[in-house]
Amino acid sequence: MSSTTSRWGLRVLGLGYVGLLLVAPLILIFYKTFEDGLAPPFEAITSPDGLHALKLTLITVAIAVPLNTIFGVVCALLLVRHRRRGSALIDAVINLPFAISPVVIGLSLYLLYGTHGWFEPGLAEAGIKVLFSTPGIVLCCIFVSIPFVVRETVPVLQEIGTEQEQAASTLGANAWQTFWRVTLPAIRWGVAYGVVLTTARVLGEFGAVSVVSGNISGQTQTLPLFVQKNYENFNLPGAFGASVLLALLALATLLAMNLLKRKEAA
Amino acid sequence: MEAHAANPSTAAPRAGLRLPGVGAGLGRGLVVLYLSIFVLLPLAALTDKSFSLGLSNFWDQVTTPAALDALKLTLIASLIVVVINAVFGTILAWLLVRDDFPGKAAVNAIIDLPFALPTIVASLILIELWGKKSPVGIDISLSQTAVVVALLFVTLPFVVRAVQPLLMEMDREMEEAAASLGAGGFTIFRRVIFPNLLPGLAAGIALAFARALGEFGSVLIFAGGLADTQVSSIYIKQLIETGNEAGAAAVSVVLLLCSLACLVVVSLIQRWSSRHDRSSGLTEMPLSGFDPGVSGITSETMGEREDEERE
Repeated sequence: MSSTTSRWGLRVLGLGYVGLLLVAPLILIFYKTFEDGLAPPFEAITSPDGLHALKLTLITVAIAVPLNTIFGVVCALLLVRHRRRGSALIDAVINLPFAISPVVIGLSLYLLYGTHGWFEPGLAEAGIKVLFSTPGIVLCCIFVSIPFVVRETVPVLQEIGTEQEQAASTLGANAWQTFWRVTLPAIRWGVAYGVVLTTARVLGEFGAVSVVSGNISGQTQTLPLFVQKNYENFNLPGAFGASVLLALLALATLLAMNLLKRKEAA
Repeated sequence: MEAHAANPSTAAPRAGLRLPGVGAGLGRGLVVLYLSIFVLLPLAALTDKSFSLGLSNFWDQVTTPAALDALKLTLIASLIVVVINAVFGTILAWLLVRDDFPGKAAVNAIIDLPFALPTIVASLILIELWGKKSPVGIDISLSQTAVVVALLFVTLPFVVRAVQPLLMEMDREMEEAAASLGAGGFTIFRRVIFPNLLPGLAAGIALAFARALGEFGSVLIFAGGLADTQVSSIYIKQLIETGNEAGAAAVSVVLLLCSLACLVVVSLIQRWSSRHDRSSGLTEMPLSGFDPGVSGITSETMGEREDEERE
């Protein structure tokens, strides 16, 4: 077998696999969505329920992403610049959301905030509803997307070292000045990469949210839940339309990831 | 103490300035508080619930025929999936690093699609192509094959992204030396390339396995929650819906322990490989929506970075 033959063999195998598994289904969904023109999917998404799902999804992004970004940067600074014995434990806990099934995450929150849950008496007294309402959905999204910013910022922080920060402090900069003018500009692409991944994860979170939200149209339905419900109710334009919207956001995420990788490398 | 940490003139010389506004101690407290509220407390409630009806009930819940069937399907399907994706992942990594073909950058980018695409959308697009309405006439939906295909979809990037950096850094000279000594393509792969890729491959496999064990959305529509296509996460969801919270919690704890075992394996591999001077490849693994299980901090750098206690 010549090396050209084996090279072509590998190409056919590898690219064929990606083609069948990833690309073909993606192309098909775009085709099916717009088969009857732009109107049906557009009308489905701009229906009151569709718009509400979009709004709710954006609200969760607006809360979960900034929180996890601030947490991620602070945590990365601690893990890299203030390494101590307990840090390994923090490190391990941060990885947990990667390993836990979304349904298990949803169930954990359900058991903590739901009927007979640990927090149930206090919450009921205060009149706060967590389950089957926006706070529960946001809590799910925070849980599942905690690791990304930390994970992307840690290696960058390690790489830049402390020399410039030391120089800044020698020149009289205070902690905030050093952070804003030296550290943050150096780690910004890594942080941004983490933010992109966090956003993508929050936008698409399904398993955990499906346990705590109740999936009530127009109330506790995020876009991925909207996809599921419409598919189950045979409202295909709605399911396809929202899917394509989410798929476009996913493709935008890939584009952003690529650009940021290039910036980071530059 | 906070003032000390924030004061450049009194900070330790190698310390530089790190945490603005709050001192390291307060920062650590906030980080621990955040993780406790959002991660640890819910998991504690879960564990508490799983044992709420006693140890024997826990055991009964996780050993019902349905629970065992679900766990068995989850484990076997995940195993098949990581084997297939280990092979194709390595081929893809090789193509992306060593080969050159038009559209390579696009293929490299699309590999991460499963990380960016919501799982429920993945399920929907898979059933449209490989379901009843399949344009190519192949219907595998609502079967165990569908479970495998859905898991193949969501775990595709792990091995590729774990092997790719190792392949990039690999010394071509070793292969050239082997070739000049008369080794054929396959021998070179087996004896030279493969051993070098092993740490990345193993880490990628363990991560993919952990992900496959807990997968829910992509399996849901495509494979359905039928008696013979019910993976553990779907079984848990059904227990919740039927009001058996203690049972759901018990099965969750078992699933959780399986995934944690995977994370431990990943971190052991990384520790091992960093000791064997292969750390550079693994620690600089470009993480796209996943992580090698421990942060890039190796055991060596850990010692250096330990701070003096400032309390």
